[in-house]
Amino acid sequence: MDWFLVLSSLIKISGFTFLVILPFVALSSLAERKVSAYIQDRVGPNRVGVPLTIFGAKKDFPLFGLIQPLADGLKFILKEDLTPKHVRKFYFWLAPALTMVPALLTCAVIPFGSYMNIGGREVKMVIADLNVGPLFTFAIASLGVYGIVLAGWASNSKYPFLGGVRSSSQMISYEIALGLSVVPVLMVFQELNLGMIVEEQDKNGWLLLPLWGEGLSWQRWALLLPMGISFVVFTIAMFAETNRMPFDLPECETELVAGYHTEYSSMKFAMFFLGEYAAMIIGSGLIVTLFLGGWSIPFLPTAELAKTTWWMGLLHMGCFLTKVAAFIFFFMWVRWTLPRFRFDQLMRLGWVFFFELALANVFLTALILMIVKR
Amino acid sequence: MAYVVERPKLSLAEKLYFPSILKGLKITLGHFIRLMRGRTKVTMQYPEEKWDASLPAHYRGAPTLVTDEVGRERCVACQLCEFICPPRAITITPEQIPTEDKWAKVEKRPREFKIDMIRCIYCGMCEEVCPEQAIFLRKDYAITGTTREEMVHDKKRLYELGGVRDGLVNKWNELK
Repeated sequence: MDWFLVLSSLIKISGFTFLVILPFVALSSLAERKVSAYIQDRVGPNRVGVPLTIFGAKKDFPLFGLIQPLADGLKFILKEDLTPKHVRKFYFWLAPALTMVPALLTCAVIPFGSYMNIGGREVKMVIADLNVGPLFTFAIASLGVYGIVLAGWASNSKYPFLGGVRSSSQMISYEIALGLSVVPVLMVFQELNLGMIVEEQDKNGWLLLPLWGEGLSWQRWALLLPMGISFVVFTIAMFAETNRMPFDLPECETELVAGYHTEYSSMKFAMFFLGEYAAMIIGSGLIVTLFLGGWSIPFLPTAELAKTTWWMGLLHMGCFLTKVAAFIFFFMWVRWTLPRFRFDQLMRLGWVFFFELALANVFLTALILMIVKR
Repeated sequence: MAYVVERPKLSLAEKLYFPSILKGLKITLGHFIRLMRGRTKVTMQYPEEKWDASLPAHYRGAPTLVTDEVGRERCVACQLCEFICPPRAITITPEQIPTEDKWAKVEKRPREFKIDMIRCIYCGMCEEVCPEQAIFLRKDYAITGTTREEMVHDKKRLYELGGVRDGLVNKWNELK
């Protein structure tokens, strides 16, 4: 048995999920409030520090509200965990876990870094180096909707039920656009391994920024239009998939109280919250990986260097996290700009517009590839 | 004749919907950046910053009792404020001023004067009705307490808050 492999995998799993994703979730809940506040000309949470006065000190240690996520978490734990009488208990308890687990599972195939040289061995910075990366992600990510539907169904009351139904119909209509929009990308790369896709982009320029390596050829620039369409459709479908603002109909407060998690409280609600944000982070990670070069540093193809040194791998990880953070900011920026769609508009947009656009884009890419590769 | 409302003709950019999204994003980013650079005037950070200095002269804060320039309590326990008080926050227990007292000719003074600050609505009717100008609304607005008893201001507390106010009423002066 290869103990090195087992040990490094364990470290990668626990490190990536517990030291990267979950702190990212916590920080993005703070960032969400800060960004929303700044966009609306407010200050946002700026009070919570280390409450030293509780322990008898003279003054609190102010941290400009950076401890806010901890305070939120503490609040969630201390709240009463209420299970209403009219719910289906088993499914009611199962639903929050079913939302969070798929969101965390999908991070297995996202390459969060290049390589790291540990004790003379190259360690690939991805938990599971699958050859079907995007397919795995889609397969697992769409399971997340079961949690929402189950929550709506098990809650046994009107608003959660409507939220659940909306979520499932929205998922179906946008999953198609999501899947179809990624087909041209895979056609261009001729590769389904996300790690290899990023390495290719590291060598030859990002998909949306082909400015070095082979990316400077006219062939790549000719592909920029279909790739742009793919990017836009994929991003918008990702917004719908993660139930973010212009498409947050499953939980829209103005119509459905709180949608599918109306009946939930305490840590069970926090699980939905965690799942939603984790899905957003993984979604951003996937978009960054496919279109924006993953961990690669722009203009500097450094994958080979990372195989022999340990610091380059860390730098790549930092690069990946920066890109993801920037994309999360984009998610929030959009959330506090656009109003929610009406449900029929949402359906129309998904079925009549994006589905056709993504389908036409596949043929357009094929056509361009046929001309280009000759 | 029926009036026909002209439907607006949408340009292609408006029909596409996408340019207006970008326009919206630009506006929100503008707000974001302006606040980051400290250009936006934001709300006051209350406990650290206060608006005490810019309170207007007619501000109606907590009602208080005042003494005059010679240290006599102005209130003569006529109970007009008690009767006018819309939420009935004021309770006065009058007593007679003993004959050996310097101010015996005033005849009455409050033994106890209580204002329930939980009931008080800061309307200022007590100040308006007072013939002796003994009760005034001061600028204290942060009246807090941890118990109900603490929220009832008694005579001592009311004089503490009110302090001395001279002039205006000379009715009870020796000189007169």
